[in-house]
Amino acid sequence: LKLCKYCLSGHPTLPCNVLKFKSTTIMLDCGLDMTSTLNFLPLPLVQRYELKECSGHVFVDSVPEFCLPETELIDLSTVDVILISNYHCMMALPYITEHTGFTGTVYATEPTVQIGRLLMEELVNFIERVPKAQSASLWKNKDIQRLLPSPLKDAVEVSTWRRCYTMQEVNSALSKIQLVGYSQKIELFGAVQVTPLSSGYALGSSNWIIQSHYEKVSYVSGSSLLTTHPQPMDQASLKNSDVLILTGLTQIPTANPDGMVGEFCSNLALTVRNGGNVLVPCYPSGVIYDLLECLYQYIDSAGLSNIPFYFISPVANSSLEFSQIFAEWLCHNKQTKVYLPEPPFPHAELIQTNKLKHYPSLHGDFSSDFRQPCVVFTGHPSLRFGDVVHFMELWGKSSLNTVIFTEPDFSYLEALAPYQPLAMKCIYCPIDTRLNFIQVSKLLKEVQPLHVVCPEQYTQPPPAQSHRMDLMVDCRGPRSSPCLSSVSPTETPVCFQLADALVPMEIKPGISLATVSAVLHTKDNKHVLQPPPRPAQPTGGKKRKRASDDIPDCKVLKPLLSGSIPVEQFVQTLEKHGFSDIKVEDTAKGHIVLLQEAETLIQIEEDSTHIICDNDEMLRVRLRDLVLKFLQKF
Amino acid sequence: MDPECSQLLPALCAVLADPRQPMADDTCLEKLLDWFKTITEAGSSLLLLQENPCLVELLCHMLKPQDLSSRVLSFSLRLTGVFAAQEDCFQYLQGELLPRLFGEAGPLGGAAWTAPTVRSGWIQGLRSLARHPSALHFLADCGAVDTIFSLQGDSSLFVASAAGQLLVHILGLSMQGPADGPPSLQAGDWPACAKKIVGHIEESLRSTATPQITQALNVLTTTFGHCHDPWTRVLWVRLSPLVAGLLEKDPVPAAHSLVDLLLSVARSPGLSSSSCGLWETLAQTLSRLSPTQAGPLALGILKLQDCPQALRAQAFAVLLQPLACVLKATAQAPGASGVLDGTVGDFATVDTLLPSKAACVGLLCRTLAHLELLLPLPQRPCPWPQAPLLGAAVTLLQLCQGSASPTSDTGHHLCALLLGCVRVQRAALDFLGTLSQGTGPPELVTEVFAVLLEYLRSPDSSPTVLKKAFQATFRWLLSSPKTPGCWDLDPQALLFLRELLPVLQKRLCSPCWEVRDSGLEFLTQMTGRWGGQAGFRHALLASEVPKLTEQLLRDPESYVRASAVAATGQLSSQGLCISPASPEHPGGQQKSPLSELLHILSTDSEGFPRRAAMHVFTQWLRDSHADVVGDTEEFVAGVLQVASQDLDWEVRAQGLELALVFLEQTLGQPGSPCPYAVTPPVVAPACPLAQALQPLCRVRLFEFAFRALFDCDRPVAQKSCDLLLFLRAKMASSSSPQEARSSPDVASVEAALQRWQAGDQAQPLGDLEPEVVLAVLKSMDLEGLRGALAESSDHVEKSPQSLLQDMLATVGILGENEADCY
Repeated sequence: LKLCKYCLSGHPTLPCNVLKFKSTTIMLDCGLDMTSTLNFLPLPLVQRYELKECSGHVFVDSVPEFCLPETELIDLSTVDVILISNYHCMMALPYITEHTGFTGTVYATEPTVQIGRLLMEELVNFIERVPKAQSASLWKNKDIQRLLPSPLKDAVEVSTWRRCYTMQEVNSALSKIQLVGYSQKIELFGAVQVTPLSSGYALGSSNWIIQSHYEKVSYVSGSSLLTTHPQPMDQASLKNSDVLILTGLTQIPTANPDGMVGEFCSNLALTVRNGGNVLVPCYPSGVIYDLLECLYQYIDSAGLSNIPFYFISPVANSSLEFSQIFAEWLCHNKQTKVYLPEPPFPHAELIQTNKLKHYPSLHGDFSSDFRQPCVVFTGHPSLRFGDVVHFMELWGKSSLNTVIFTEPDFSYLEALAPYQPLAMKCIYCPIDTRLNFIQVSKLLKEVQPLHVVCPEQYTQPPPAQSHRMDLMVDCRGPRSSPCLSSVSPTETPVCFQLADALVPMEIKPGISLATVSAVLHTKDNKHVLQPPPRPAQPTGGKKRKRASDDIPDCKVLKPLLSGSIPVEQFVQTLEKHGFSDIKVEDTAKGHIVLLQEAETLIQIEEDSTHIICDNDEMLRVRLRDLVLKFLQKF
Repeated sequence: MDPECSQLLPALCAVLADPRQPMADDTCLEKLLDWFKTITEAGSSLLLLQENPCLVELLCHMLKPQDLSSRVLSFSLRLTGVFAAQEDCFQYLQGELLPRLFGEAGPLGGAAWTAPTVRSGWIQGLRSLARHPSALHFLADCGAVDTIFSLQGDSSLFVASAAGQLLVHILGLSMQGPADGPPSLQAGDWPACAKKIVGHIEESLRSTATPQITQALNVLTTTFGHCHDPWTRVLWVRLSPLVAGLLEKDPVPAAHSLVDLLLSVARSPGLSSSSCGLWETLAQTLSRLSPTQAGPLALGILKLQDCPQALRAQAFAVLLQPLACVLKATAQAPGASGVLDGTVGDFATVDTLLPSKAACVGLLCRTLAHLELLLPLPQRPCPWPQAPLLGAAVTLLQLCQGSASPTSDTGHHLCALLLGCVRVQRAALDFLGTLSQGTGPPELVTEVFAVLLEYLRSPDSSPTVLKKAFQATFRWLLSSPKTPGCWDLDPQALLFLRELLPVLQKRLCSPCWEVRDSGLEFLTQMTGRWGGQAGFRHALLASEVPKLTEQLLRDPESYVRASAVAATGQLSSQGLCISPASPEHPGGQQKSPLSELLHILSTDSEGFPRRAAMHVFTQWLRDSHADVVGDTEEFVAGVLQVASQDLDWEVRAQGLELALVFLEQTLGQPGSPCPYAVTPPVVAPACPLAQALQPLCRVRLFEFAFRALFDCDRPVAQKSCDLLLFLRAKMASSSSPQEARSSPDVASVEAALQRWQAGDQAQPLGDLEPEVVLAVLKSMDLEGLRGALAESSDHVEKSPQSLLQDMLATVGILGENEADCY
């Protein structure tokens, strides 16, 4: 098995890996690391300084910029295909498809594309709606940067940080995507076959199987075993993998999602009962569906029926509606609802009863409907752009209000830094349903891959909890040898026509060999053996010469030998044939049989036997024949 | 036996003997057997059989080869045993019946024997008849003992266990000996039957098959547990080498049964104090068994009243071993205590702890439970290693939460095994709560509060764990050091309380109702204990807790509403409810707690909140709650009126409790329930009784009590009866000048009450005058009513005659009803 993997992203939950396998170059996900934006001022507050200090932190006073996947390591124009595992892992797609000479195809499921489009659209909208924003670049000068306080000083590769893409670029990137369904088999150049499988994490989220005839590579990224809204994870199909690439595990392994949802509800109720407002910075899709469902069950019991819930995002409406139409991508419970027919998600009812209202932005209808106390779901979870910035400014001064962080992608302390001092309460309830380490070890035990490839971060406990040996991928366990050379035969050409002519010979039980003379045709990684053309009749010297140019020489082959020479028996045979004074020496690779009288050496190694004697061809031939008696010919 | 039953008996015996008439209900057979047992205990069985020949016929019928139901056969075997328990009757039956029923010729060899119920009947029959020496001879002659030996390994556990017990019984009976005194203590002179049984036990103990060893050990355990005669000592001296021999084997076979036997011997008064090598055997066993098996033995040893100090120390060390391992793995207390430094048998314990989660969790939970049992006992080890145990409990809780920092590989492994393990969390919290009875070094107590707070805060604590954490917290707060003369919490506890209240607030908003419920229960406990103390009051009033409690009165879950009612009652008693019109809550839309609870009592659809409201009202009345004192009569009248219409009998019964409190307060204390109580400053009503009854009449207490007297639920009627009887006693003791007159009012009330008793309670009694009440009370047969209510509801139907009739009726022999059909 020969396989090269390049890691272009240091962020294990926003992976971007490139796999070279069977002469194809496959990019696995292209996540966009947006934590770089935490170094910037919240967008509407941007003025025209290069840098600005805010409660002891220095922020870049500029339009936020993103940290792209590594583009120098390999030539991205050579990437043949990109496989996307979920809508959070495709946010860098426009940077890859539009500016690197990429000419290949992108594969993703329909919900991934649709919701990914919504996420990108929201991002572009949030950033473009503040027109006066400008770029600061002087600070990136290395000489200046090293004088800056942390964390700006320690930010790496700042020169590669890029501003947000435009809607045009998004559309162009998305047009290169080809839609696929779960378990659909896609042939890539005849060399490998790729198949998406449900990963249980989000609508349309997938793991990928990449396999040739004899090798199987599984790409597991952002999977979940919890029962939430998406279709459950397909584990069975991951079995018998030679290599399992494991990324996108939970970012908060110590936070159990169930406990966090309870915490979320309790804190929300506590705030609202005291007359405060609750702000939930979130993405427009994903966990919000589950949160709304929990609240749907909880609000009546908590006496919150009169509290309005607002969902504000340029794509709020589309997100809520899309979620209801992707029935086939939902878990079984929700699928059955569709046949009743009922909307699969209860947020439909919340909207109908006016308990949940959604708006594209703060302006317009929202300002007239707005009632307090209330609960607002809005983006962006980094608190650097989007309507959330406005609410932080509006509610930050009162200790009655609470901001509850549910998205695990950003450090809430860093996100809050530019808003200090802040009177409002902050609650951190990260809800990350992706696999935790206990689930991973169960999964690996179940799936039994020969090799596991995972980011370095997963092989040791998190730095803050170095004693938690349970918070790492447990590579012990009963899996077979970790060495790469164990199985994997090289590819055998496919044979037609010639089959009749073969005379297989069993050389040891279960293994037969036959010789074949043929011409190997190779096209699109498909190999076909065809009978060699008959040598043309020798009509003339010149012609014959030409023919031999085109057709490979089909000489009569010498018989092939196989088997091994048992030294003791061989020595006995030699003695029977009159050789005496025989000495056997063991060497690293085999044996040397010394015929001292005849001054002859017989070197027996695993794959070769040499007879060394001084100009005595008769003797050599005699010895050769004795050696050949122990070997099989065909 | 009464003549009616005698008349029915032949028909019943015929039914039982008839295989075509299957007995559908075998509880009838059990009842029948019980009845025969009572008859034979009171009189002669022989006479009974002679007077009712059908019984012998029935038993003889069992001997015929036929297709009898196994139930009836089993019943007949047991019945025979009951009759043959008396020696004269035994002689009467011995001729043919007994050998053929219980011997080789009986069901023993037949197809019926495959039914476990027949085998069980056979054993129980023998168990009943083995009461006299004649029975012993019979057992020896018919070879029953060998059959019992084989039944010890029966596939049915009930049969196997009964066989073992029967052996013990026979052994005891044979050792009682003939009339001329007990047999010699020399084992060689023992009766043949005893020799046979002991020989079998010896053989089993030498066997290599664990089931046989287990059977022998169980028989011995029962023997030493039930019989303390001198011969048991001889038996133990004879068998103890064999028992000790079991310890040489690896692994020790039947370890659990061995532990049971050794403890049974140690507890036996005739054996333990003697020098029969018991203590050495126990010490050896402790060291040979695995930690899991040795735990129960160690606990048993520590519970013994008198046993050598060295053995107790060894047992305690074994018991503490798993916790010592935990402490060592996390290096929390390096050698803090000699007992917990984890040197003895360390490896064995680590081996048991680490291989699997189930083994580790099981051992730790058992250890904690054993120590928890030991702690309150007077004979608990002294000195008690309070500090290391506290440390171990805290460490375990931290391991389960992932907050411990283990220093060794064992520690890391333990951490991975225990992480999030609810069973260990619950056991450790219970244990921690129990440890609150003792003290500990201040830094450890700080750690205890820290870990409790960690559990109360953690979003991952399961509801049951949280409940235990609340309970443990309350116990630790109770035990926190007190300033003499001051009941308030000490400063450290108050600091803790300030951190605790925000957590409690959040828990009261939990989506999980169990959590809200245990939060409220905790609040009620806390308020009941410290509600009057300034520090607590200040902290509580500064939090949102009282307001949230008020909101939880409208919780969708009825249990939570009930707990909120109790908490509100407690808060209100202590003046901790938010006042309706406080400046912090302008608008004053909230109702007073009294009207809130009255609203719940009259409208709540579930019983629990209404019952809780009644409890609170009773308590308020007892404590002269401020809201109640204002107009007690209006309060009582209102509550009784609502309670009388409640569909839940517990609410009505609690209404009577409230009525009684009101009665006592109006008329003075009843005969003081506690003879040592300081004489209450009750001013006996100087006024005539009739006048004193006026307030009771005004709140319509009598109408409520009379209605309850005829309640369809017995407890309510009984309670009302008691209340009225109390009142009547009061009436007799006070020299009331008014004589009960018979007036038209009295007559009409009596008539109304008769209608009520008949079930028609539509008509109200109207306004009652005290004199009328007194007259009615006097004329009522309350004692008779109380007697009738004390009878169980089936007393009319529970006669032997009705049993026989029922049994016959089910098979249609009593043809009374046939005529109705045609």
